[in-house]
Amino acid sequence: MYLNCPFCGHRHLEEFTYEGDATISWPTLDSQDIGSWTDTVYQRRNPAGPHREYWQHVHGCRQFLIVERDTTTHSIHKVEVAGPWAGETAPRNTEAKQ
Amino acid sequence: MHFSALSLARQALKGHRGWTRTWRALEQPKSHYDVIVVGGGGHGLATAYYLAKEHGITNVAVIEKGWIGGGNVGRNTTIVRSNYLLPQNNRFYEWGMKLWEGMSRDLNYNVMFSQRGVLNLAHSPAQLEGYMRRGNSMRINGIDAELLDRDQVARMVPGMDVSDKARFPVAGGLLQPRGGSARHDAVAWGYARGADSLGVDIIENCEVQGFLFEGDRIVGVDTVKGPVRAGKVGVAVAGNSSRVLAKAGFERLPIESHVLQAFVSEPLKPLIDTVVTFGAGHLYISQSDKGGLVFGGDLDGYNSYAQRGNLPIVQDVASMAVTLFPNLSRLRLLRHWGGVMDMSMDGSPIIDKSPKEGLYINAGWCYGGFKATPASGWCFAHTIARDEPHDLNAAFRLDRFRTGRTLDEKGAGPVPRLH
Repeated sequence: MYLNCPFCGHRHLEEFTYEGDATISWPTLDSQDIGSWTDTVYQRRNPAGPHREYWQHVHGCRQFLIVERDTTTHSIHKVEVAGPWAGETAPRNTEAKQ
Repeated sequence: MHFSALSLARQALKGHRGWTRTWRALEQPKSHYDVIVVGGGGHGLATAYYLAKEHGITNVAVIEKGWIGGGNVGRNTTIVRSNYLLPQNNRFYEWGMKLWEGMSRDLNYNVMFSQRGVLNLAHSPAQLEGYMRRGNSMRINGIDAELLDRDQVARMVPGMDVSDKARFPVAGGLLQPRGGSARHDAVAWGYARGADSLGVDIIENCEVQGFLFEGDRIVGVDTVKGPVRAGKVGVAVAGNSSRVLAKAGFERLPIESHVLQAFVSEPLKPLIDTVVTFGAGHLYISQSDKGGLVFGGDLDGYNSYAQRGNLPIVQDVASMAVTLFPNLSRLRLLRHWGGVMDMSMDGSPIIDKSPKEGLYINAGWCYGGFKATPASGWCFAHTIARDEPHDLNAAFRLDRFRTGRTLDEKGAGPVPRLH
Protein backbone atom coordinates (compact mmCIF):
# COMPACT_ATOMS: atom_id res chain seq x y z
CA MET A 1 0.00 0.00 0.00
CA TYR A 2 1.25 3.48 -0.90
CA LEU A 3 -0.01 6.87 0.21
CA ASN A 4 0.47 9.93 -1.96
CA CYS A 5 1.55 12.52 0.61
CA PRO A 6 0.66 16.06 -0.55
CA PHE A 7 4.07 17.25 0.62
CA CYS A 8 6.38 14.30 -0.13
CA GLY A 9 4.72 12.38 -2.98
CA HIS A 10 4.26 8.60 -3.25
CA ARG A 11 5.60 6.92 -0.16
CA HIS A 12 5.34 3.38 1.16
CA LEU A 13 3.01 2.34 3.98
CA GLU A 14 5.97 1.82 6.33
CA GLU A 15 6.56 5.59 6.55
CA PHE A 16 3.11 6.26 7.98
CA THR A 17 1.24 5.49 11.18
CA TYR A 18 -2.49 5.01 11.33
CA GLU A 19 -4.43 7.32 13.62
CA GLY A 20 -7.98 6.05 13.21
CA ASP A 21 -11.42 7.23 12.20
CA ALA A 22 -11.52 10.86 10.99
CA THR A 23 -15.30 11.17 11.09
CA ILE A 24 -15.76 11.19 14.86
CA SER A 25 -16.89 14.50 16.32
CA TRP A 26 -15.74 15.83 19.67
CA PRO A 27 -17.91 17.39 22.36
CA THR A 28 -16.73 20.70 23.78
CA LEU A 29 -14.03 20.06 26.37
CA ASP A 30 -16.20 21.23 29.26
CA SER A 31 -19.11 19.00 28.20
CA GLN A 32 -20.37 16.72 30.96
CA ASP A 33 -22.61 14.68 28.66
CA ILE A 34 -21.35 11.13 29.23
CA GLY A 35 -23.22 9.87 26.17
CA SER A 36 -21.42 12.07 23.67
CA TRP A 37 -18.03 11.36 25.30
CA THR A 38 -18.75 7.61 25.08
CA ASP A 39 -19.60 8.00 21.40
CA THR A 40 -16.42 9.95 20.70
CA VAL A 41 -14.04 7.73 22.61
CA TYR A 42 -15.53 4.28 22.03
CA GLN A 43 -18.20 4.09 19.34
CA ARG A 44 -17.19 3.59 15.70
CA ARG A 45 -19.10 3.18 12.46
CA ASN A 46 -16.46 0.75 11.18
CA PRO A 47 -17.72 0.74 7.59
CA ALA A 48 -16.92 -1.91 4.98
CA GLY A 49 -16.10 0.35 2.03
CA PRO A 50 -14.93 3.98 1.91
CA HIS A 51 -13.48 5.11 5.24
CA ARG A 52 -12.14 8.56 6.16
CA GLU A 53 -9.19 8.14 8.49
CA TYR A 54 -6.16 9.94 9.89
CA TRP A 55 -2.64 8.91 9.00
CA GLN A 56 0.57 10.63 10.09
CA HIS A 57 3.63 10.73 7.85
CA VAL A 58 5.94 10.10 10.82
CA HIS A 59 8.97 9.09 8.77
CA GLY A 60 8.55 12.01 6.36
CA CYS A 61 7.05 15.47 6.79
CA ARG A 62 5.30 14.42 10.04
CA GLN A 63 2.05 16.01 8.85
CA PHE A 64 -1.34 14.57 9.71
CA LEU A 65 -3.28 13.51 6.65
CA ILE A 66 -6.91 12.64 6.05
CA VAL A 67 -7.11 9.62 3.77
CA GLU A 68 -10.18 8.16 2.14
CA ARG A 69 -9.53 4.46 1.70
CA ASP A 70 -11.69 1.48 0.85
CA THR A 71 -11.50 -1.01 3.73
CA THR A 72 -12.53 -3.91 1.49
CA THR A 73 -9.87 -3.38 -1.20
CA HIS A 74 -7.23 -1.15 0.48
CA SER A 75 -7.39 1.23 -2.50
CA ILE A 76 -6.82 4.91 -1.69
CA HIS A 77 -9.32 7.39 -3.06
CA LYS A 78 -8.06 10.69 -1.69
CA VAL A 79 -5.30 12.13 0.51
CA GLU A 80 -5.77 15.55 2.11
CA VAL A 81 -3.88 17.62 4.64
CA ALA A 82 -5.43 17.80 8.11
CA GLY A 83 -5.14 20.62 10.62
CA PRO A 84 -4.50 24.33 10.09
CA TRP A 85 -2.98 23.81 6.63
CA ALA A 86 -5.98 21.90 5.32
CA GLY A 87 -7.01 23.07 1.87
CA GLU A 88 -3.68 24.73 1.06
CA THR A 89 -2.60 21.86 -1.17
CA ALA A 90 -4.86 20.15 -3.64
CA PRO A 91 -6.03 16.67 -2.58
CA ARG A 92 -4.17 13.91 -4.36
CA ASN A 93 -5.53 10.68 -5.65
CA THR A 94 -3.32 7.63 -5.86
CA GLU A 95 -4.50 5.82 -8.94
CA ALA A 96 -0.98 5.33 -10.27
CA LYS A 97 0.29 2.94 -7.60
CA GLN A 98 -1.41 0.91 -4.92
CA MET B 1 -22.39 -42.52 13.76
CA HIS B 2 -20.28 -43.05 16.87
CA PHE B 3 -16.51 -42.84 16.41
CA SER B 4 -14.41 -45.40 18.29
CA ALA B 5 -11.45 -47.73 17.73
CA LEU B 6 -14.02 -50.44 17.00
CA SER B 7 -15.88 -48.39 14.36
CA LEU B 8 -12.54 -47.49 12.79
CA ALA B 9 -11.54 -51.15 12.60
CA ARG B 10 -14.93 -52.11 11.13
CA GLN B 11 -14.67 -49.40 8.50
CA ALA B 12 -11.11 -50.40 7.68
CA LEU B 13 -12.31 -53.91 6.90
CA LYS B 14 -15.00 -52.46 4.62
CA GLY B 15 -12.54 -50.19 2.80
CA HIS B 16 -13.81 -47.03 4.56
CA ARG B 17 -16.86 -46.93 2.29
CA GLY B 18 -19.42 -46.90 5.08
CA TRP B 19 -18.74 -43.51 6.70
CA THR B 20 -21.76 -41.24 6.65
CA ARG B 21 -22.03 -37.43 6.43
CA THR B 22 -20.77 -35.58 9.48
CA TRP B 23 -23.85 -33.32 9.54
CA ARG B 24 -27.01 -33.19 7.45
CA ALA B 25 -26.84 -31.16 4.23
CA LEU B 26 -29.82 -28.81 4.49
CA GLU B 27 -30.62 -26.54 1.58
CA GLN B 28 -33.55 -24.64 3.07
CA PRO B 29 -34.20 -23.40 6.58
CA LYS B 30 -37.58 -24.04 8.18
CA SER B 31 -39.90 -21.04 8.47
CA HIS B 32 -39.64 -20.79 12.27
CA TYR B 33 -37.13 -21.66 15.00
CA ASP B 34 -36.94 -21.05 18.73
CA VAL B 35 -33.43 -19.63 18.30
CA ILE B 36 -31.46 -18.56 15.24
CA VAL B 37 -27.70 -18.26 15.56
CA VAL B 38 -26.29 -15.99 12.84
CA GLY B 39 -22.78 -17.13 11.96
CA GLY B 40 -21.61 -20.74 11.59
CA GLY B 41 -18.09 -20.22 12.88
CA GLY B 42 -16.71 -21.94 15.95
CA HIS B 43 -18.59 -19.66 18.32
CA GLY B 44 -21.93 -19.95 16.53
CA LEU B 45 -21.72 -23.73 16.28
CA ALA B 46 -20.64 -24.06 19.91
CA THR B 47 -23.55 -21.81 20.92
CA ALA B 48 -26.03 -24.03 19.06
CA TYR B 49 -24.46 -27.17 20.55
CA TYR B 50 -24.68 -25.89 24.13
CA LEU B 51 -28.21 -24.50 23.59
CA ALA B 52 -29.26 -28.04 22.71
CA LYS B 53 -27.10 -29.90 25.20
CA GLU B 54 -27.23 -27.68 28.29
CA HIS B 55 -30.61 -25.97 27.88
CA GLY B 56 -32.66 -28.48 25.89
CA ILE B 57 -33.41 -25.97 23.13
CA THR B 58 -33.10 -28.05 19.98
CA ASN B 59 -35.31 -26.13 17.55
CA VAL B 60 -32.28 -24.07 16.55
CA ALA B 61 -30.81 -22.97 13.22
CA VAL B 62 -27.23 -21.92 12.56
CA ILE B 63 -27.24 -19.65 9.52
CA GLU B 64 -23.91 -19.23 7.78
CA LYS B 65 -22.96 -16.95 4.87
CA GLY B 66 -20.27 -19.28 3.48
CA TRP B 67 -19.43 -22.82 4.47
CA ILE B 68 -18.58 -24.37 7.84
CA GLY B 69 -14.91 -23.89 8.64
CA GLY B 70 -14.39 -21.22 5.95
CA GLY B 71 -14.18 -18.16 8.18
CA ASN B 72 -12.06 -17.15 11.14
CA VAL B 73 -12.30 -20.58 12.76
CA GLY B 74 -10.04 -21.77 9.94
CA ARG B 75 -7.85 -18.63 9.88
CA ASN B 76 -6.24 -18.58 13.32
CA THR B 77 -2.98 -19.96 14.70
CA THR B 78 -4.86 -22.54 16.83
CA ILE B 79 -3.41 -21.51 20.20
CA VAL B 80 -5.34 -22.33 23.37
CA ARG B 81 -4.43 -20.71 26.70
CA SER B 82 -5.95 -19.03 29.76
CA ASN B 83 -3.00 -16.93 30.94
CA TYR B 84 -4.67 -13.58 31.56
CA LEU B 85 -4.17 -10.92 34.21
CA LEU B 86 -7.69 -9.65 34.91
CA PRO B 87 -9.80 -12.02 37.02
CA GLN B 88 -12.88 -11.59 34.78
CA ASN B 89 -10.87 -12.76 31.77
CA ASN B 90 -9.05 -15.46 33.76
CA ARG B 91 -12.21 -17.09 35.04
CA PHE B 92 -13.84 -17.04 31.60
CA TYR B 93 -10.88 -18.44 29.67
CA GLU B 94 -10.13 -21.02 32.37
CA TRP B 95 -13.68 -22.34 32.06
CA GLY B 96 -12.90 -22.56 28.37
CA MET B 97 -9.71 -24.48 29.13
CA LYS B 98 -11.70 -27.01 31.16
CA LEU B 99 -14.13 -27.43 28.26
CA TRP B 100 -11.15 -27.89 25.91
CA GLU B 101 -9.80 -30.64 28.15
CA GLY B 102 -13.01 -32.64 27.80
CA MET B 103 -13.97 -31.58 24.28
CA SER B 104 -12.87 -34.59 22.21
CA ARG B 105 -14.68 -36.95 24.59
CA ASP B 106 -17.74 -34.73 24.90
CA LEU B 107 -18.12 -34.33 21.13
CA ASN B 108 -16.89 -37.87 20.32
CA TYR B 109 -14.68 -36.12 17.79
CA ASN B 110 -10.91 -35.86 17.91
CA VAL B 111 -10.07 -32.14 17.97
CA MET B 112 -6.38 -33.02 18.47
CA PHE B 113 -6.15 -30.84 21.57
CA SER B 114 -2.50 -30.95 22.56
CA GLN B 115 -1.50 -29.47 25.92
CA ARG B 116 2.07 -28.77 24.88
CA GLY B 117 2.39 -25.64 26.99
CA VAL B 118 2.37 -21.94 26.13
CA LEU B 119 5.59 -20.13 26.99
CA ASN B 120 5.70 -16.31 27.05
CA LEU B 121 9.30 -15.09 26.89
CA ALA B 122 10.52 -12.15 28.95
CA HIS B 123 13.49 -10.10 27.76
CA SER B 124 14.21 -7.94 30.79
CA PRO B 125 13.98 -8.33 34.56
CA ALA B 126 11.11 -5.81 34.58
CA GLN B 127 9.17 -7.82 32.05
CA LEU B 128 9.78 -10.98 34.05
CA GLU B 129 8.38 -9.24 37.13
CA GLY B 130 5.32 -8.26 35.12
CA TYR B 131 4.90 -11.93 34.19
CA MET B 132 5.30 -12.88 37.85
CA ARG B 133 2.35 -10.62 38.64
CA ARG B 134 0.28 -12.19 35.87
CA GLY B 135 1.31 -15.69 36.96
CA ASN B 136 0.24 -14.92 40.51
CA SER B 137 -3.10 -13.60 39.27
CA MET B 138 -3.56 -16.86 37.37
CA ARG B 139 -2.65 -19.01 40.37
CA ILE B 140 -5.04 -17.11 42.64
CA ASN B 141 -7.74 -18.10 40.17
CA GLY B 142 -6.66 -21.75 40.22
CA ILE B 143 -4.82 -21.69 36.88
CA ASP B 144 -1.45 -23.34 36.37
CA ALA B 145 1.47 -20.95 35.86
CA GLU B 146 5.21 -21.41 36.25
CA LEU B 147 7.90 -18.77 36.13
CA LEU B 148 11.02 -20.04 34.34
CA ASP B 149 14.53 -18.58 34.43
CA ARG B 150 16.70 -18.43 31.35
CA ASP B 151 18.29 -21.84 31.84
CA GLN B 152 14.93 -23.53 32.25
CA VAL B 153 13.74 -21.82 29.07
CA ALA B 154 16.87 -22.99 27.24
CA ARG B 155 16.28 -26.60 28.32
CA MET B 156 12.65 -26.46 27.33
CA VAL B 157 13.14 -24.96 23.83
CA PRO B 158 16.54 -26.15 22.57
CA GLY B 159 16.56 -24.46 19.14
CA MET B 160 16.11 -20.98 20.50
CA ASP B 161 18.75 -18.27 20.80
CA VAL B 162 19.00 -17.53 24.53
CA SER B 163 22.55 -16.16 24.34
CA ASP B 164 23.64 -12.76 25.58
CA LYS B 165 24.45 -11.83 21.99
CA ALA B 166 20.78 -11.78 20.98
CA ARG B 167 19.33 -8.36 20.22
CA PHE B 168 16.81 -8.93 23.03
CA PRO B 169 18.39 -11.56 25.33
CA VAL B 170 15.91 -13.93 26.96
CA ALA B 171 15.60 -13.31 30.71
CA GLY B 172 13.05 -16.03 31.45
CA GLY B 173 9.45 -16.80 30.77
CA LEU B 174 5.97 -17.53 32.04
CA LEU B 175 4.75 -21.02 31.20
CA GLN B 176 1.20 -22.29 31.25
CA PRO B 177 1.75 -26.06 30.97
CA ARG B 178 -1.96 -26.81 30.24
CA GLY B 179 -2.01 -24.42 27.30
CA GLY B 180 -1.37 -25.70 23.80
CA SER B 181 -3.08 -26.00 20.47
CA ALA B 182 -5.95 -27.82 18.78
CA ARG B 183 -6.91 -28.60 15.22
CA HIS B 184 -9.20 -25.70 14.31
CA ASP B 185 -11.14 -27.39 11.47
CA ALA B 186 -11.91 -30.34 13.72
CA VAL B 187 -13.32 -27.97 16.34
CA ALA B 188 -15.74 -26.52 13.79
CA TRP B 189 -16.66 -29.93 12.39
CA GLY B 190 -16.96 -31.48 15.83
CA TYR B 191 -19.35 -28.81 17.10
CA ALA B 192 -21.31 -28.91 13.83
CA ARG B 193 -21.66 -32.68 14.14
CA GLY B 194 -22.56 -32.46 17.83
CA ALA B 195 -25.19 -29.76 17.26
CA ASP B 196 -26.62 -31.52 14.23
CA SER B 197 -27.00 -34.80 16.08
CA LEU B 198 -29.03 -32.99 18.78
CA GLY B 199 -31.42 -31.65 16.11
CA VAL B 200 -29.89 -28.27 15.21
CA ASP B 201 -30.28 -27.24 11.55
CA ILE B 202 -27.07 -25.96 9.94
CA ILE B 203 -27.78 -23.90 6.83
CA GLU B 204 -24.71 -23.02 4.78
CA ASN B 205 -24.49 -20.51 1.91
CA CYS B 206 -27.31 -18.52 3.46
CA GLU B 207 -26.27 -14.91 4.02
CA VAL B 208 -28.38 -12.82 6.40
CA GLN B 209 -29.47 -9.66 4.60
CA GLY B 210 -31.55 -8.06 7.30
CA PHE B 211 -33.56 -8.54 10.46
CA LEU B 212 -37.32 -8.91 10.87
CA PHE B 213 -38.90 -6.52 13.36
CA GLU B 214 -42.26 -6.45 15.09
CA GLY B 215 -42.24 -2.97 16.58
CA ASP B 216 -38.86 -2.77 18.32
CA ARG B 217 -38.60 -6.50 18.84
CA ILE B 218 -36.48 -8.66 16.57
CA VAL B 219 -38.46 -11.70 15.43
CA GLY B 220 -36.22 -13.28 12.80
CA VAL B 221 -33.85 -12.70 9.93
CA ASP B 222 -34.15 -12.08 6.23
CA THR B 223 -31.80 -14.32 4.28
CA VAL B 224 -30.92 -14.99 0.65
CA LYS B 225 -33.08 -18.12 1.08
CA GLY B 226 -36.05 -16.14 2.36
CA PRO B 227 -37.26 -14.88 5.75
CA VAL B 228 -36.85 -17.10 8.81
CA ARG B 229 -38.70 -16.26 12.02
CA ALA B 230 -37.44 -17.00 15.50
CA GLY B 231 -38.16 -16.31 19.15
CA LYS B 232 -34.58 -15.19 19.70
CA VAL B 233 -31.68 -14.27 17.43
CA GLY B 234 -28.02 -14.56 18.49
CA VAL B 235 -25.36 -12.91 16.36
CA ALA B 236 -21.85 -14.43 16.46
CA VAL B 237 -20.09 -13.01 13.40
CA ALA B 238 -16.84 -11.61 14.81
CA GLY B 239 -14.94 -9.75 12.10
CA ASN B 240 -18.17 -8.57 10.55
CA SER B 241 -20.15 -7.58 13.65
CA SER B 242 -20.44 -3.91 12.64
CA ARG B 243 -21.60 -4.90 9.18
CA VAL B 244 -24.26 -7.37 10.31
CA LEU B 245 -25.48 -5.44 13.34
CA ALA B 246 -25.84 -2.28 11.24
CA LYS B 247 -28.73 -4.12 9.58
CA ALA B 248 -30.35 -4.43 13.02
CA GLY B 249 -30.05 -0.68 13.58
CA PHE B 250 -26.71 -0.46 15.43
CA GLU B 251 -25.06 2.51 13.72
CA ARG B 252 -21.96 2.39 15.88
CA LEU B 253 -20.32 -0.27 18.05
CA PRO B 254 -17.19 -0.22 20.25
CA ILE B 255 -15.46 -2.28 17.54
CA GLU B 256 -13.11 -1.75 14.60
CA SER B 257 -12.38 -4.49 12.06
CA HIS B 258 -8.67 -5.09 11.50
CA VAL B 259 -6.72 -7.59 9.45
CA LEU B 260 -4.38 -10.06 11.19
CA GLN B 261 -2.03 -12.17 9.11
CA ALA B 262 -0.86 -15.70 9.86
CA PHE B 263 1.84 -17.84 8.30
CA VAL B 264 2.78 -21.48 7.79
CA SER B 265 6.26 -22.55 6.74
CA GLU B 266 7.29 -25.57 4.72
CA PRO B 267 7.28 -28.73 6.88
CA LEU B 268 10.26 -29.49 9.11
CA LYS B 269 11.34 -32.34 11.35
CA PRO B 270 10.15 -31.77 14.94
CA LEU B 271 11.78 -28.55 16.20
CA ILE B 272 9.41 -26.69 18.53
CA ASP B 273 7.28 -28.88 20.78
CA THR B 274 5.52 -26.06 22.62
CA VAL B 275 3.97 -22.68 21.83
CA VAL B 276 6.51 -19.86 22.20
CA THR B 277 5.76 -16.14 22.22
CA PHE B 278 8.43 -13.48 21.75
CA GLY B 279 8.11 -10.75 24.36
CA ALA B 280 10.23 -8.00 22.82
CA GLY B 281 7.89 -7.72 19.85
CA HIS B 282 4.84 -9.72 19.02
CA LEU B 283 5.31 -13.23 17.67
CA TYR B 284 3.69 -16.54 18.54
CA ILE B 285 5.01 -19.72 16.99
CA SER B 286 4.28 -23.42 17.22
CA GLN B 287 4.73 -26.46 15.03
CA SER B 288 1.82 -28.38 13.55
CA ASP B 289 1.65 -32.16 13.46
CA LYS B 290 2.43 -31.97 9.75
CA GLY B 291 5.69 -30.18 10.60
CA GLY B 292 4.91 -26.69 9.36
CA LEU B 293 5.71 -23.82 11.68
CA VAL B 294 2.51 -21.88 12.36
CA PHE B 295 3.12 -18.30 13.43
CA GLY B 296 1.72 -14.81 13.53
CA GLY B 297 2.34 -11.37 14.97
CA ASP B 298 0.76 -7.96 15.07
CA LEU B 299 -2.21 -6.56 13.22
CA ASP B 300 -1.47 -4.60 10.08
CA GLY B 301 -2.85 -1.69 12.09
CA TYR B 302 -5.52 -0.06 9.94
CA ASN B 303 -9.24 -0.76 9.55
CA SER B 304 -9.75 -3.53 7.03
CA TYR B 305 -12.33 -6.04 5.86
CA ALA B 306 -9.94 -7.49 3.27
CA GLN B 307 -8.75 -10.98 4.20
CA ARG B 308 -5.22 -10.12 3.16
CA GLY B 309 -2.57 -7.80 4.55
CA ASN B 310 0.52 -5.97 3.42
CA LEU B 311 4.18 -6.91 3.19
CA PRO B 312 5.71 -4.85 6.06
CA ILE B 313 4.05 -7.15 8.61
CA VAL B 314 5.27 -10.24 6.74
CA GLN B 315 8.83 -8.95 7.03
CA ASP B 316 8.33 -7.86 10.64
CA VAL B 317 6.95 -11.22 11.77
CA ALA B 318 9.52 -13.25 9.81
CA SER B 319 12.39 -11.21 11.25
CA MET B 320 11.15 -11.84 14.79
CA ALA B 321 10.93 -15.57 14.09
CA VAL B 322 14.52 -15.56 12.84
CA THR B 323 15.71 -13.47 15.80
CA LEU B 324 14.32 -16.10 18.13
CA PHE B 325 15.21 -19.16 16.05
CA PRO B 326 18.26 -18.28 13.89
CA ASN B 327 18.09 -21.75 12.32
CA LEU B 328 14.90 -20.69 10.48
CA SER B 329 16.68 -18.06 8.40
CA ARG B 330 16.53 -20.04 5.15
CA LEU B 331 13.11 -21.53 5.73
CA ARG B 332 10.47 -20.75 3.10
CA LEU B 333 6.87 -19.78 3.70
CA LEU B 334 4.35 -22.23 2.39
CA ARG B 335 1.13 -20.30 2.95
CA HIS B 336 0.02 -17.04 4.42
CA TRP B 337 -3.38 -15.44 4.82
CA GLY B 338 -5.31 -12.73 6.63
CA GLY B 339 -8.35 -12.86 8.87
CA VAL B 340 -10.62 -10.02 9.87
CA MET B 341 -10.70 -9.36 13.62
CA ASP B 342 -13.38 -7.63 15.66
CA MET B 343 -10.99 -5.40 17.60
CA SER B 344 -12.94 -4.09 20.58
CA MET B 345 -12.09 -0.80 22.24
CA ASP B 346 -10.66 -2.40 25.39
CA GLY B 347 -9.34 -5.67 23.94
CA SER B 348 -11.97 -7.82 25.67
CA PRO B 349 -15.02 -9.49 24.14
CA ILE B 350 -18.75 -8.76 24.32
CA ILE B 351 -21.29 -11.50 25.17
CA ASP B 352 -24.52 -9.83 26.15
CA LYS B 353 -28.18 -9.18 25.56
CA SER B 354 -28.58 -6.26 23.21
CA PRO B 355 -30.73 -3.19 23.84
CA LYS B 356 -33.12 -4.60 21.23
CA GLU B 357 -35.43 -7.25 22.58
CA GLY B 358 -34.91 -10.67 21.03
CA LEU B 359 -31.35 -9.92 19.87
CA TYR B 360 -28.18 -11.20 21.55
CA ILE B 361 -24.63 -10.18 20.71
CA ASN B 362 -21.39 -12.16 20.73
CA ALA B 363 -18.59 -9.98 19.34
CA GLY B 364 -15.29 -8.19 19.87
CA TRP B 365 -13.00 -11.23 20.09
CA CYS B 366 -9.83 -9.40 19.02
CA TYR B 367 -6.98 -11.93 18.79
CA GLY B 368 -8.58 -14.30 21.29
CA GLY B 369 -11.46 -15.90 19.46
CA PHE B 370 -10.22 -19.41 18.80
CA LYS B 371 -9.21 -20.32 22.35
CA ALA B 372 -12.52 -18.89 23.57
CA THR B 373 -14.66 -21.05 21.25
CA PRO B 374 -16.09 -23.45 23.86
CA ALA B 375 -16.48 -20.91 26.69
CA SER B 376 -17.97 -18.34 24.33
CA GLY B 377 -20.53 -20.80 23.00
CA TRP B 378 -21.31 -22.05 26.49
CA CYS B 379 -21.83 -18.55 27.93
CA PHE B 380 -23.68 -17.24 24.89
CA ALA B 381 -26.05 -20.23 25.00
CA HIS B 382 -26.72 -19.47 28.68
CA THR B 383 -27.29 -15.77 27.94
CA ILE B 384 -29.76 -16.59 25.16
CA ALA B 385 -31.57 -19.42 26.97
CA ARG B 386 -31.91 -17.70 30.35
CA ASP B 387 -32.17 -14.18 28.97
CA GLU B 388 -29.39 -13.04 31.29
CA PRO B 389 -25.60 -13.35 31.28
CA HIS B 390 -23.89 -16.10 33.25
CA ASP B 391 -21.49 -15.01 36.02
CA LEU B 392 -18.62 -15.96 33.70
CA ASN B 393 -19.61 -13.41 31.05
CA ALA B 394 -21.29 -10.88 33.32
CA ALA B 395 -18.34 -8.50 32.81
CA PHE B 396 -18.44 -8.73 29.02
CA ARG B 397 -21.27 -6.21 28.72
CA LEU B 398 -21.97 -4.08 25.70
CA ASP B 399 -22.53 -0.99 27.86
CA ARG B 400 -19.32 -1.30 29.90
CA PHE B 401 -17.69 1.47 27.87
CA ARG B 402 -20.35 3.95 28.99
CA THR B 403 -20.30 2.78 32.58
CA GLY B 404 -16.51 2.84 32.81
CA ARG B 405 -16.14 -0.89 33.50
CA THR B 406 -13.76 -1.61 30.65
CA LEU B 407 -11.55 -4.71 30.74
CA ASP B 408 -8.28 -3.43 29.33
CA GLU B 409 -5.87 -6.34 29.87
CA LYS B 410 -2.82 -4.42 28.62
CA GLY B 411 -3.82 -0.92 29.71
CA ALA B 412 -3.51 0.20 26.09
CA GLY B 413 -6.50 2.56 26.15
CA PRO B 414 -9.34 2.90 23.65
CA VAL B 415 -7.18 2.23 20.59
CA PRO B 416 -8.25 -1.06 18.97
CA ARG B 417 -5.09 -1.59 16.94
CA LEU B 418 -2.98 -1.65 20.14
CA HIS B 419 -4.81 -4.51 21.87
